[in-house]
Amino acid sequence: MLGLRDLDVSEINHILDTAEGFEQISTRSVKKAPPLRGKVVANLFFEDSTRTRNSFTLAADRLSADVIEFTQKMSSVSKGETFLDTARNLEAMGVDIVVVRHVASGASRLLSRSISACVVNAGGGFCEHPTQGLLDIYTIRKIKKSLEGLKIGIVGDIAHSRVARSDIWGMSKLGAEVILVGPPTLMPPKVDELPVSVSYSLDDVLEELDVINMLRIQFERMGGNPFPSVREYSHFYGLTGERMQKAKDDILVMHPGPINRGVEIESEVADGKNSVILEQVKNGLAVRMAVLFLVNQAAAEKA
Amino acid sequence: MSVVLNSEEVQQVLSKMSEQIRVSASEGEDIAFIGIRSRGEILAERLSEMLSELLGIEVPCGTLDITLYRDDLNSPSGDWQPVVRTTEIGFNIDEKLIILVDDVLYTGRSTRAALDALIDLGRPKSIRLAVLVDRRGREFPIQADYFGVKSDVQPGKSVKVNLVESDGKDEVVIE
Repeated sequence: MLGLRDLDVSEINHILDTAEGFEQISTRSVKKAPPLRGKVVANLFFEDSTRTRNSFTLAADRLSADVIEFTQKMSSVSKGETFLDTARNLEAMGVDIVVVRHVASGASRLLSRSISACVVNAGGGFCEHPTQGLLDIYTIRKIKKSLEGLKIGIVGDIAHSRVARSDIWGMSKLGAEVILVGPPTLMPPKVDELPVSVSYSLDDVLEELDVINMLRIQFERMGGNPFPSVREYSHFYGLTGERMQKAKDDILVMHPGPINRGVEIESEVADGKNSVILEQVKNGLAVRMAVLFLVNQAAAEKA
Repeated sequence: MSVVLNSEEVQQVLSKMSEQIRVSASEGEDIAFIGIRSRGEILAERLSEMLSELLGIEVPCGTLDITLYRDDLNSPSGDWQPVVRTTEIGFNIDEKLIILVDDVLYTGRSTRAALDALIDLGRPKSIRLAVLVDRRGREFPIQADYFGVKSDVQPGKSVKVNLVESDGKDEVVIE
């Protein structure tokens, strides 16, 4: 499970349908089911993450798997061990599924070729973050029933966003029209090769959008100055209460988190009636349970 | 292919079963039906309607997906791929008399999975098992409390329950 670019429409739909079955586990008295009993999931996070890592841990726990938590700071990597050696050592301990996040885009692909355990990409470089893309799509599908014909705006720091990559592939495959919005300096290279249209003005496109996904400016990944000031960026691309007046009444406001309140989105919008930001987090759990279940199933079939 | 029950007989045994359930349930017992996907779901709905009519009260009915509780998830055979679907039980099962409904009781493995799935949802007062076909060949110590018809089919053959809602016609056949 490396990226949505590799999956076809029926595979994406199969994951989303499966996630529906997992949603109710979190609402009942015993929040646990047994399908991964006796399996070991290793969370291999070479880059900081709270939401995604906790979500994967909880998802694995709820499926009765044992979980090994690995973060770079408290590991042998700080003593000079290579990425692959770390993974091979974990595999030698009998790990069945490796969930990996890495700063390098190809890390999960490299890993999947090098070890026999299943690999789930939990975000790599600027490339993909498939489970986030799937939970975004799941959230939209749940409320709007289908993505077919929807206009979905992805706003902000597209260049540094793996979420945007997964969203673009997944959403366009399911029939949505994806519009990237942001300053030219935050557009990814070769944007014309992606199945999207581009707008440099949020005000121009806002009124036609059915869904808007506000991305965080990833200051930590930025070299140079892509825009003159944060205030100027917010002025042109921030989702404010005032701007929301122009949007459709039933527009869905999404954000992959963490939010920089007052930069890309104002608090009154993030907490407002159109916001599904916490729904996304909730759905993420069901989607990750579905992904862990399905990769384990695929491995069982191969064996 | 031979027919075990035709459409009329399916209807007859279902109404016989609902009558048995009514008789065996003691006064004031809080009954609810839960059907195992997918044929059991339909049979549970029919039985709950029949019993609702007999008792003059609404008997609740829900659907259970047992995929996550199956004991063969890690040893799939070529033609079977697990598909996880939703469990839809719109009531609290605590302290209720649950009638678990399935189309065919054979090895008892589905029932075992269903019992585990139910226990994770709450603590019913008791659970009873109702099946349309009670087929010989149990692998677990599980028996039906109510059944429509018994069948003694050789292993290798399959007992198929067709229902109007899913297959256009009520019928139990051996293939």
